[in-house]
Parts: sequence; structure tokens; C-alpha cells
Amino acid sequence: MSALLFDDSDWSFSTIQRVHDEIEKIACGEMGLEIYPNQIEVITPEQMLDAYAATGMPIYYPHWSHGKRFVQHEMHYRKGMSGLAYEIVINSSPCISYVMEGNTMAMQTLVIAHAAFGHNHFFRNNYTFRDFTDPAGILDYLVFARNFIASCEDRHGVTAVENVLDAAHALMGQGVNSSPRRRRPDLKTEEARLRERRMHAEKIHNELWRTLPRGAAAPAKAPDETLVRKLLELPQENVLYFLEKNAPKLPSWQRELLRIVRLMAQYFYPQRLTKVMNEGTATFVHYTILNKLHERGQISDGAFLEFLTSHTNVIMQPSFDSSHYGGLNPYALGFAMMRDLERACLAPDEEDRIWLPDIAGCGDPMGALRDIWANFRDESFVLQYLSPKVMRDFRLFNLLDDPGEPTLLVEAIHNERGYGRIRSGLARSYDLGHADPQIEVAAVDLAGDRRLIIHHKVQDGGLLAEKEARSVLRHIATLWGYDVRLQEVDASGRVLKEHNSSPPQ
Amino acid sequence: MQLIDKRLNPSGKSLPNRQRFLRRARSIVRKAVRDASVERGIRELDGGGVVVVPASGIEEPHFHRGQAGRAQHVLPGNKEFLEGDRLPRPGGGAGAGGSQAGQGEGEDQFSIVLSAAEFLDFFLEDLELPRLERRKLALMKADGVCRAGYSSSGSPANLAVLRTMRNALARRTALNRPRSSEIAELEAALEEALALGDNEACAAMRLQLESLRTRARAIPYIDPIDIRFRRFEVNPRPVAQAVMFCLMDVSGSMTEHMKDIAKRFFMLLYVFLKRRYEQVEVVFIRHTDEAKEVDEETFFHSRETGGTRVSTALAEMARIAAERYPRESWNIYAAQASDGDNERSDNMQAATLLRDGILPICQYYAYIEVAEPDHEPAMSSVWKIYENLGEERPAMRRVSTRQEIFPVFRDLFRADAETSS
Repeated sequence: MSALLFDDSDWSFSTIQRVHDEIEKIACGEMGLEIYPNQIEVITPEQMLDAYAATGMPIYYPHWSHGKRFVQHEMHYRKGMSGLAYEIVINSSPCISYVMEGNTMAMQTLVIAHAAFGHNHFFRNNYTFRDFTDPAGILDYLVFARNFIASCEDRHGVTAVENVLDAAHALMGQGVNSSPRRRRPDLKTEEARLRERRMHAEKIHNELWRTLPRGAAAPAKAPDETLVRKLLELPQENVLYFLEKNAPKLPSWQRELLRIVRLMAQYFYPQRLTKVMNEGTATFVHYTILNKLHERGQISDGAFLEFLTSHTNVIMQPSFDSSHYGGLNPYALGFAMMRDLERACLAPDEEDRIWLPDIAGCGDPMGALRDIWANFRDESFVLQYLSPKVMRDFRLFNLLDDPGEPTLLVEAIHNERGYGRIRSGLARSYDLGHADPQIEVAAVDLAGDRRLIIHHKVQDGGLLAEKEARSVLRHIATLWGYDVRLQEVDASGRVLKEHNSSPPQ
Repeated sequence: MQLIDKRLNPSGKSLPNRQRFLRRARSIVRKAVRDASVERGIRELDGGGVVVVPASGIEEPHFHRGQAGRAQHVLPGNKEFLEGDRLPRPGGGAGAGGSQAGQGEGEDQFSIVLSAAEFLDFFLEDLELPRLERRKLALMKADGVCRAGYSSSGSPANLAVLRTMRNALARRTALNRPRSSEIAELEAALEEALALGDNEACAAMRLQLESLRTRARAIPYIDPIDIRFRRFEVNPRPVAQAVMFCLMDVSGSMTEHMKDIAKRFFMLLYVFLKRRYEQVEVVFIRHTDEAKEVDEETFFHSRETGGTRVSTALAEMARIAAERYPRESWNIYAAQASDGDNERSDNMQAATLLRDGILPICQYYAYIEVAEPDHEPAMSSVWKIYENLGEERPAMRRVSTRQEIFPVFRDLFRADAETSS
């Protein structure tokens, strides 16, 4: 009786079960991973295309933009311009992983180790996911969102709903709180909350109030500026939140739509914060597990070679002058850094003791990594743990692009003088606060024409792309109901540029 | 772990969203389809396929920086650079500085795969069959059986078991039929009493048992009145049917080019009619100085010589229509293609025949005059005859190049257009 878990390239449900259990022993037993219960679903390529269009979620509310994404993916796939992912994994509890029916058994093994254990552990333990998302409630919330939007469409028409959603989608990037505020959206409380609001509105409704004589308008008092700002929570970085709570003309169902979009944006926010770490973790986990399986003779040399081929493809990093270059590959960088940390824990050299003082030579790489996976995001992870060895291996260098200069300047390379600068430079590029434009609601002219003033805090002289900024501003004006002004302001408070928009009549 | 086979779940969850997208992009897609159709043959028209759509109007705007300003990039793969080196800017934003580029640029246009039905939908969107209301007639075609509740009689094959059992249960409960378990219990108790020799109890129980048994016998488990059958009704559905007459002059003056144009027009009409009617028949009549009904192959490909007498074709059409396609049950459409030549002696006859024999029975009669591309349009004799019919005259157009076919066709069938030129 051979110890092989499978000796055939075709998969079957029993083999998947067997492989999963065997991986679980290694992952949860030896590596100490903590995971949500796994739910693995086998799907067809068509279903994978559907999942793509709904940003991977099993349930999503209907909107034309999902159809657009579907059309694009379908076209690319049919023309053979791009393959499909081997898997999609959803941050939910139980953790749902989709695997493709076309995968070989070796691929299924890789995919289970990668998604069902690597990503799963990361979702469960990383602080950004713990702070911002509610994996146990997300599917219920999606059901609520879909049903709510469907009922709005019945009541108010598809176009009316679509207009609000379009506007909200345009502001999705401005719909997150970058510091956590605990929220647990789940079906029951959401529905109860909605019912309560309606009941309250019904209860306080009194026909008599409408018959009261209006009387002469009281002389307008200028509101206390600081009090107003405090009540409106200004300045506010979460534009969607601000509009949901304060837009004067929105009916309540439209506020609820904004809220749905905002909560979805918030749900996806941690994924943007932890691209390198998330993929690095999953890649490190599948690499470790597959190696262990192979060492113990549980997978054949052939299957192991097949795994190595796809693994190598995944962690390939083309250099900057290659035609395949598309930025730093998060799989490659994350995996290389974590392998390097493992090495530094076990066999540190002098350099590691200087650059990675807290873990060098600690002797427990899994413990150190688990701690890192739980408590860092891309920016802080790179800033703390990018070692000179990885910089040398990747041959990283800093390039300064100053529009005022005719040429680009190589600011730092992988040498003693450059390590620090490359480390902080790379960390900065993963800082969303730096990568995304900084937009905030700055003021509302409540005493005057109710104009909303929005600021873009310009960094390094980078202005907004004008045409799109105007379209987004139109959306804001539609939601706000009055004029909106967008000012691009530099650090000294000087207004560099101004855009105005009025709501459609 | 839970392992779920989702493969049998319906795919196509995205289709409604795809429809929404197409609806939103309607005007853009429609224009793209029209542009694409100019280059297509009519046979391909049926095939759907890829249309390229500009991304304007369906973009999803968001705030992002236009020019990055002073920016710092960390790049991999340094080969020769030293600190302080200055590099020339790469042209066109590609390469080193290009981590920002490419956003939105690749989206300037993208392609959509349309199915054949969708393609035709867009192509024929605002076209309408003129004078459709004139013949509201519909043939009752007996098909489509549908469920129509339950009945108390029927064939055993249609026995509705569930419904029958439900009725039986209701009846048994209402009439208080003793359950078999009750009887069995009592029997067991009697056994026990017999063993103990308690005669008094035995007698009472026997009596009770007897009454229960009688009751159970009197009230059947299933009674004929419980039985229900699924009832089906045959729904006659109205079927609109149409016949399309293709008339073409095949005399020597008609060149291959002209026939090609005529053929395209006929096919277009056929595709169009097919979308409106479940059943469309086509009759091909070709004529020189005598007319004949032929099959499609002969119609388009064999050559004939002789003079040209339009009236013969019209007479043949009238004959066939009277024989096989009675007005009451058929929508009659006719399209005639000719180079416009006719023998002078025939003109009078053709005009009369058309006015009195053909136009009254036709839903629509289109005449297209085909010509060589660089031909100066002149008043041909057929054109003159038809024009003189005044208000009654058929829809008439001149076509001399392939590209004109689609616009002319659209023009003829535009939803609100006058039917005559």
C-alpha cells in the first residue's frame, strides 16, 4: 500500500476529501493555523465567469456594471487572451473556496492548501479583516442587500435605483473609514432597523401638522459654525457616509442604497490594504504544505513537479524593463519576504540581526510569522520586515519622477546607503492614504445656498483627472441636491483648482 | 469540511446583468451593429458575433489623479544603475514611469459578443411591419396542452395521487374512521384480558371491537369520491402566418450584380418576416416574357433570355395566391426586383393587374429597382407605371450598390414611415 494520496491526475470527491484532511493535519497541527470551517465548491468555467462579474461574491445585487465586467471577462476568456483563476476564496464563515472542475488533482491540492488554508487563516487572524469585516454575517447581508434593492426596483423603477447606485459606485473609493468603526451588518438587525424606522415614521405622522398655518418665516439665525461642524462630523473623509446621513433631499430608501454600497466598500477595504501579505501568506502556506506532503511521500514526484511549475509561474517577477512588467507582483514579494523571515528565524546572519532584530534567530519561524500575519498590513509589513537580502534578490531601486526635471533620478539602489530608503519608499507605495487621492467633505454653507464644499488634498502636486472628476462631482451633486464645489488644495491651503457642479433639474 | 458540487447549478447568473448592460449601452450598441452590418453579407446577418463598442457613455468614473506629480517608484530588476544616475524619460508613459499609465486607457473601446437574436434585435429594432393591423386574422393552431386543475373523472394515467390521498384523509378524519392502530391496540388488550380470564372486561371489549370493525368496514380507506385526476386542456393558439412572394426579372439585361442586390434585399425581408411570424413561406417567381414559379436555386442562378413582361409575373402571383394562400388565413407580402425594363405593350396590363389584382390582397408590396453602380438614374418604364398608380402605388426605391441595401431596407420599414415613397 503506497502512502500516495492520489496517483491519478483526475480528481474525485473522495480524493479531495482525503487530501483536505491530510492538509488539515499539517496546517492546523504542525503549522498552527487557525481557520474558519471550510466549504469547498466545485464550479464550471461559466460559473467562474459569473463569480468574476460579482467580484467573487456568491450573491450580489443586480447592476449593469456587473454585466459590463462580465462582458469584458467573457470576451477575454473566449478569445483566449486570459485564462481563468484556479480558485476564488471568499472572506466568510464558513470560508467558501471555489475550485474549478478543470483542475488536475495536483492543482486541487495546491488550491486547497492556498485558499482553504492560507487565505482562510489570514482572513481569520489579520487585524484589518477582524476590524473591518464580519465574515459570519456577510452572506446574510448580501441576501438582505439583494432583496432590498430588488424591492426598491419594484417600487421605484429600475432606472431610479440604477441612478442612485451609479452615483454611489462612483464614490465607492470615498466610502470607507480608514480607521475602524465596529459594525456588524447582519440580516436580522438590518431588517429590524428598517422596520423600526418605518414604524417610527408612521407613528409620528399626523395629518393635523400639515394643516397648521405656516406663519411668517422666522428671521434666519446664523448657525453656530463650530457646533454645525461638530454635528456634521466635519471634515469627513467618508463622503458616502456623509451623504447618507446628511444629504437634505434623499428619501430613506436612497440612503439605504448608499449604505449598502458603503458597507460593501468597507468590506473589500482590507483586501486592498493587505494584497502582498494576503497572497504572500497563502503562497507561503501552500509551498510549505506541498513540500511536506512530498517529503512524506504522500504526493508523487510528478504531481510535485506539476505543482512547482504553477508555483513558479505565480511567483514570477519580471524586471521593470520587461514587456511583461506590471508592477511588483504581490505573490512574489510576499512569498520572498516570508521565506526570508523563515530563514532569518532559523539561520540569521549579522545583517539580519541589524535589520530584523525582533525575530532574527528566534528559532520559531511559524510563531513569528503567525504573529506578523495577525498584526500587520502591507505598509507596516514592508516597513518592518523588508530585509536587504530580498532587496538584493529583487534588485530593487528607487526612481524619482519629478515633472520639473527633464530626466528621472535613480535615488537609491540595493546597497548599504539605499536599503533604508528603498524600504520606506516601498512601504509608502503601499500606503493607501498616499496612493489614493485624499478627498474630504470640508464644509457646508448651511446659512446660504447649501453649497457643499469638497476638498482634494493635493500631495506632490498631483491633480485629479479632470474629466472623470467632473462626472463624479455631478453624481455628488445629484445625491446632495444642491450645488457642489470641489477644491484642490495644497498643503499650504492654497486652492490650485476648482470645479463646480449643480444637480440636474 | 463541506464539499459541494456546484457544477449542476444553473450558470448564467450574470445574464440579467448583461441584459441591463446592453440596455444601458443600447444606443451605442445599436450604432455599432448598424456599422458592422454594412460590411456583412446577409447570411452572416443571422449569425450574431462580435461588435466593437466605444467605452464612452458606459464608463464608471471615480476620483483618481491625472498626472501623478512628483512621484517615487520602487522597481525591481536593476541591472546597471547606480545611485544618482539620471535616465531619460520613456516615451508615451510606458516603461519605468508607467505604473500609473494604462488606467482607463485600455478601456477606450471594447468588444461585445452578441447572439444572433440579439444582433437582429438591435438591427431591426425600430422597424415595423406596415399595415399589420389590416389583417388581424389568425389561424387557430391546436397545440400547447396545459394543466387546468383537477377533475373527478379521467384516465388512470392522470391519477393525481397526492390530491386523492388528501381527500381520502379529510373524509376519514371527518367521518371518524377508526385507525388500524386503534383496532390493533384493542385486540392486544383483549388478548391480555382473555389470558387473565376477566370475562366482564372481555365482553365489553369484544363489543367495542365489533363496533370499531363495523365502522372501519363501512367507511372505506379510499372512496371513489376521493379520486381526482389531473385535468389538461388543449389550448388553441393563434398562429400568424405569412407568405412572401419574390418576383424578379431574369431577362438578359439583369446582370449578376443586379441579381446579387436583389437577393440581398429578399433575404433581408425574409429574416425580418421570420421574426414577426411563426411561419413564413417563400414563393419565388421569375419572369422574362413569361413567368414561372421556381425553387430558390434556380431563381437566383439560372439564366434566361427573352423579353420582359412584368404582367406575366403579376398574373402568376395572383394565380398562386388565389390557389394556395387565401387572404383570410395568410398575410401576403411581395417584393419585386427589376432593372425597370418592360415591353411598352405590357405597361397598361401590368398597371391594371397590380392595382386591381395584387395590391388589394397584399399587406405590403415593395418594388426595388436595381441598377449598375455608376448608372445614371432615369425614369424606367416600370417605375413610371407604378408611380402613376398615385396614392395606391407600392413602396419604391432605387438601389445600385450593396451598401445601399441596409439603409433602403431600414427606410422602407421604419416604424413611423409612410409606406409609399
